[in-house]
Amino acid sequence: MSYKAKFKVWRGEGGEGRLEDFTVEVNDGEVVLDIIHRLQATQAPDLAVRWNCKAGKCGSCSMEINGKPRLGCMTRMSTFEEDETITVTPMRTFPVIKDLVTDVSYNYQKAREIPSFTPPADVKPGEYRMQQVDVERSQEFRKCIECFMCNNVCHVIRDHEENKTNFSGPRFLMRIAELDMHPYDVADRQEAAQEQHGLGYCNITKCCTEVCPEHIKITDNALIPMKERVVDRKYDPLVWLGNKIFKRAK
Amino acid sequence: MENSVNTERHEYDVVVIGAGGAGLRAAIEARQQGKRTAIVCKSLFGKAHTVMAEGGAAAAMGNVNSNDNWMVHFRDTMRGGKFLNNWRMAELHAKEAPDRVWELEAWGALFDRTKDGKISQRNFGGHEYPRLAHVGDRTGLEMIRTLQQRVVALQQEDYETHGDYEAYIKVFAECTVTRLLKDGDRISGAFAYWRESGNFVLFDAPAVVLATGGIGKSYVVTSNSWEYTGDGHALALLAGANLINMEFIQFHPTGMVWPPSVRGILVTESVRGDGGVLRNSEGKRFMFDYIPDVFKDQYATTEEEGDRWYTDQANNRRPPELLPRDEVARAINAEVKAGRGSPQGGVFLDVSTRLPAEEIKKRLPSMHHQFKELADVDITAEPMQVGPTCHYIMGGVEVDADTGAASVPGLFAAGEVSGGMHGSNRLGGNSLSDLLVFGRRAGAGAAAYIDALEARPKVSSEMVADAREEALAPLGRHGENPYEVHHELQRTMNDLVGIIRKSEEITEALQVVEKIKERVQLVGAAGSRIYNPGWHLAIDLRNMVLVSECVARAALLREESRGGHTRDDFPGMNPVWRRKLLACSTEDGTTIKVQEKPQSSMRDDLITLFDRDELKKYLTDEEMAEFDGITK
Repeated sequence: MSYKAKFKVWRGEGGEGRLEDFTVEVNDGEVVLDIIHRLQATQAPDLAVRWNCKAGKCGSCSMEINGKPRLGCMTRMSTFEEDETITVTPMRTFPVIKDLVTDVSYNYQKAREIPSFTPPADVKPGEYRMQQVDVERSQEFRKCIECFMCNNVCHVIRDHEENKTNFSGPRFLMRIAELDMHPYDVADRQEAAQEQHGLGYCNITKCCTEVCPEHIKITDNALIPMKERVVDRKYDPLVWLGNKIFKRAK
Repeated sequence: MENSVNTERHEYDVVVIGAGGAGLRAAIEARQQGKRTAIVCKSLFGKAHTVMAEGGAAAAMGNVNSNDNWMVHFRDTMRGGKFLNNWRMAELHAKEAPDRVWELEAWGALFDRTKDGKISQRNFGGHEYPRLAHVGDRTGLEMIRTLQQRVVALQQEDYETHGDYEAYIKVFAECTVTRLLKDGDRISGAFAYWRESGNFVLFDAPAVVLATGGIGKSYVVTSNSWEYTGDGHALALLAGANLINMEFIQFHPTGMVWPPSVRGILVTESVRGDGGVLRNSEGKRFMFDYIPDVFKDQYATTEEEGDRWYTDQANNRRPPELLPRDEVARAINAEVKAGRGSPQGGVFLDVSTRLPAEEIKKRLPSMHHQFKELADVDITAEPMQVGPTCHYIMGGVEVDADTGAASVPGLFAAGEVSGGMHGSNRLGGNSLSDLLVFGRRAGAGAAAYIDALEARPKVSSEMVADAREEALAPLGRHGENPYEVHHELQRTMNDLVGIIRKSEEITEALQVVEKIKERVQLVGAAGSRIYNPGWHLAIDLRNMVLVSECVARAALLREESRGGHTRDDFPGMNPVWRRKLLACSTEDGTTIKVQEKPQSSMRDDLITLFDRDELKKYLTDEEMAEFDGITK
């Protein structure tokens, strides 16, 4: 079962580019990444695309297919009509290096700004005791394959370059939540989430959750609970009083 | 100097090539020992092939069955490798794996738990007790992320102290090393290019740790990602090191077989560990017909006993679906050949009849997702179709067990790119623990080497100029399409040096490889140097051809069947061959020479961990006489 599909693929480098038309063979069971590879092998040997595992486990082949953020390796051709033109473009939120490959260094920079896991000083390796139910909350967030599609789709930075400095995006706000919910983490993360990483910018439109290929409930399970923790603390009268007294004592 | 115009130059103490489990653990160790360390990797940071490891990391922590200890793990590892393993590596691995796993937990890893809050451990093929620390079926991802975050933690420390995140450890992502550089017989650095710009990078460094993984991309049907082009194997060869055990390739018994575009993608062994059974088209659990003599006493002979084992392991033997991977892969191959395969050319793997749907989704979430999304198969309700896929190479750089040092001073290797640890066949779960144990040891080995070094080796400008010319060559040629040459190499290796081998076919493969070698000299890459996959492939082809020749030459010489090397014309295991290792090397950089090397005898306190009856199946009469001398 084979047919010819019509593709429009973004080609270009150095800030310039255009959609290029291709007609390409499609076989039974194939995914969009297979088609991009066929283009490389037969029509456009220098067509740039990032990919690694081709099994939805590494999060490398993030792209926008008909305008929607998707993993190329997990988007089956059978989800399109045979006469449909399929448009493939790079992620919009990050600068294009070439063709479908974007500069995602923003994400690595944000990752570095979050203080690492901080266990109590007196627990030695091998002594950790945690219940399954307690690790499961953070485990859900650790399923993240860092495809960065949640950050790509988030309107706070998608069309607002200026917000990038003050906003770490769903991926890294979720990382803070993951550490905050880790049974052994003792660092204080809530103030930084709000003040440095821009948790307040999130107005829970859930676009991140919708595009997550791992089906992580980013908004419901990470961002909203994190907002609640911040709010609890900020507006808790006892904490407020404590802060006043502490500051005065200084 | 014209050649340095757009070649960046960086000085480091240690350059680690590869950012999977072994590379990151080596880099962490080198940095913890105060060495300035570069991590150079072909992909983005955190995308290495380790993320695809599913089942777990084998470590005899004894959390689920307290009878487990390093000696049991050591025995299982040697058995799995059919006693060809470097026994010192197997010993270190079994002893140190628990500490390495616990260390990950202290760096933030969240493994699944037992009821009493310890790290849970699961059953796996060839392991006597539940031994694999795991996180559902995405353990590799957890490991990569934890190590990646540990690197970041060290960078944060350095930022506090030096005001620069990258003062002591820096990741060069999407950067590919094409040559190692030497000063006399010593390593002096490495030459690389940035994928993003095509510009060149020169690393001036006295120690290089290879952690580049395997060679699966020389085969069509493989579970390996595009990065697995045998880079480290080839770099080591070209630098003058030996590769051993290259004939041993693990074909994982269960890869997806349909749809064609995902053929080869891994179906985790955990499916069988958690109760999945293999059936042929007649509905028969055929594995009971394939229990080899050496394992007769350890596996259930009836379905009833096998089934009882899942709930009562003390009084029953494990089902034969959990035999070591080489046995299961050969059995599936034989069933398909005999015409008892599934419609799409595999066999049936069914876990839906053993576990309730919710439990399957919980224990095997990635598998559930993978089959649903890619094949429209709901594994909670119907069987999967699976068949063998090229998964892992046991062979690699010959190293010193304790330090990971190769024969070339300054060169170290760890993980899949090194050889010896797994003998002729690796047990599932022993890879992730291997990466940690020997990654750490190679990092420490490199640090100690530098401390003992009197003068820093120098980078020769001629070598740099040569490396530059070699890398640029495909861009200037209007030659053959590299994708086509690659595909022919893959087909050749798959069809002629695959899971079952014979002399004529291997000889034919060598002839084809010889022709491909010439064609590789002529491939051309259109386009610019900026992120140009055709150019990258043209460069990688050199490596794939070199390692393919090693595999084929060693496979032709080893006239026996053992682990990941099955010869149709020499079906049995031969104890005389157990004492021989085949070492590949090259003098001119294109032709491969293979030499026999003796396997060293196991230390007395290790060999006496085995029963005489078991040893008898593997050892020569002469060796048995020695053994009797020890035990007398």
